[in-house]
Amino acid sequence: MIEIRIHGRGGQGAVVASLILARAAHHQGWEVQVFPEFGVERRGAPVTAFARLDRQPIYLRSKVYEPDHVIVFDPGLKESIDVTAGLKDNGWILVNTSSPPEAIRNLERFRPATIDATGIAAKYKIGTATAPIVNTTMVGAFAGVSGLFSMESVAAGIRETIQGPAAALNIAAASEAYQVCAGPSRPPVEAETGIRQ
Amino acid sequence: MMRVEEKTAVRVITGNEAAAWAAFLARSQVIASYPITPQTSLIETLASLTAKAPGRCRFINVESEHSAMAACIAAATAGARAFTATSSQGLLLMHELLHWASGARLPIVLVNVNRATAPGWNIWTDQNDSMSQRDTGWIQFYCESAQEVLDTVIQSYRLSEELRVPSMVILDAFFLSHTAEPVEMPSQDLVDCFLPPWSPEFLLDVDNPAAFGGLLGIDHYQEMRGDLHEALHAAATRVEGVDLAWKELTGRSYGTIEEYRCGDADIVLMTVATASSTARLVVDSFRERGVGIGRLKLRMFRPFPDELLRERLRGKRHLIVLDRNCSYGSNGILFTEIKGALYGLPEAERPQVHGYISGLGGRDLTPARIESMVEHALNHAAEERSVWIG
Repeated sequence: MIEIRIHGRGGQGAVVASLILARAAHHQGWEVQVFPEFGVERRGAPVTAFARLDRQPIYLRSKVYEPDHVIVFDPGLKESIDVTAGLKDNGWILVNTSSPPEAIRNLERFRPATIDATGIAAKYKIGTATAPIVNTTMVGAFAGVSGLFSMESVAAGIRETIQGPAAALNIAAASEAYQVCAGPSRPPVEAETGIRQ
Repeated sequence: MMRVEEKTAVRVITGNEAAAWAAFLARSQVIASYPITPQTSLIETLASLTAKAPGRCRFINVESEHSAMAACIAAATAGARAFTATSSQGLLLMHELLHWASGARLPIVLVNVNRATAPGWNIWTDQNDSMSQRDTGWIQFYCESAQEVLDTVIQSYRLSEELRVPSMVILDAFFLSHTAEPVEMPSQDLVDCFLPPWSPEFLLDVDNPAAFGGLLGIDHYQEMRGDLHEALHAAATRVEGVDLAWKELTGRSYGTIEEYRCGDADIVLMTVATASSTARLVVDSFRERGVGIGRLKLRMFRPFPDELLRERLRGKRHLIVLDRNCSYGSNGILFTEIKGALYGLPEAERPQVHGYISGLGGRDLTPARIESMVEHALNHAAEERSVWIG
């Protein structure tokens, strides 16, 4: 089983991102379970969501305490909360920032990756110019980084979750982030996960 | 029943969305509800679905949960299929009218998202809201997955309409209400095939005027209440037929109880709702260590399937009961009820019953927490009172 934790702020779409991630992974053949941190959400306040992916039915219904990977929507969150709490050694920590991964300190035990999701989301006019909504971009980036599901699956997850013409813009943003993170050396998804497309 | 051949769609949706889809697919004709966390997304989904299908259903915005149930009672008295959903304080505010709905023999279906009762204010799960409604004459189902929520709401309409008693379908706050997972969505044709339109024997009809809910004298009241009691008891067996009919169409069935590795077990862990899933993993872990344990999930709490439980627990050595609730001044509610049921067995065949209270107000029932109950039971004689596990 693979457990993923998403850190965002109220309004950034972290909970919707977890749903898109689940639908993308399910499209790829994974069993999935996603849920938000069971709290009271406020705009701007830290929001957490969780996802579980497995190749067999998921029976564990408690919260996620030791994630395999972490996705951070706002680098400022690292100042107020421990985004690596419980993160397993060698897990990916994907951060939305324009800085390179080397600029993220104290993460030696993990695999840091960065993506300028704010820049990409703003380019595709997702959200407002001052507060771009980075959730779909971050899911695309995570697909590229982790290789757990394909960009085609991300697009399916977005189409299932976001109605109307906005879906195409979100897919374009996610796709750009996917390309940046996957890079030319990314092996095909099937080879890495051994599961059906 | 004829099998409906069709393509089924699987969607990743939450427990609340599954409940909303079920109420919609069941062709609920009147929906009256007041929003309350953590039920809100259920009603939002249902409002959105019904808004896109004009003429299919009357969605009534009400000023309280008491009014929501009053509207459902009036609608069902006039022959409409009625639905509502609530949680915690909302269910408690309905309490008076829950008695009315069952006494009037109205097959209303209510979804309750289990949430702790205040004070202190707490929006997370426990079962005191619904279990404290156990004497209101409603069938009660506790669900483990979003799929089970969807299937149970649809099944409940059929069971309720056959027996003329209302049903409450219950799911854990957040652990199920806000958790998204794959759900097989039945087609409208399949649901229509399973659930024909409801045609009540008695109904409020302006063309054929009759009075409902009048004074009932000393000579008749007790018999009427006895009828309700019998109808509830009949649900314990009738539900099997409903479940089987659903299985023929979908391949899915649930039973009143569900056993996991209980056959050769001499220790049984009894759970309800989402804790039942996690408890499977605990059973697997103890099995690897050579402990002969199984898990029994209680799906139907009212009527209490005491006969079946006696049959399945006869001769077991230990029964460990997990209560996410408390009857203050007594014990965990399941602990008390199961002990009452097992009294019907000869003493030599009764398991020792160990009761544990945990998970109140959303405290996480992790595998470790459930394991600690089993460890405690294995190392202590059964106590008279439920033991609190922090």
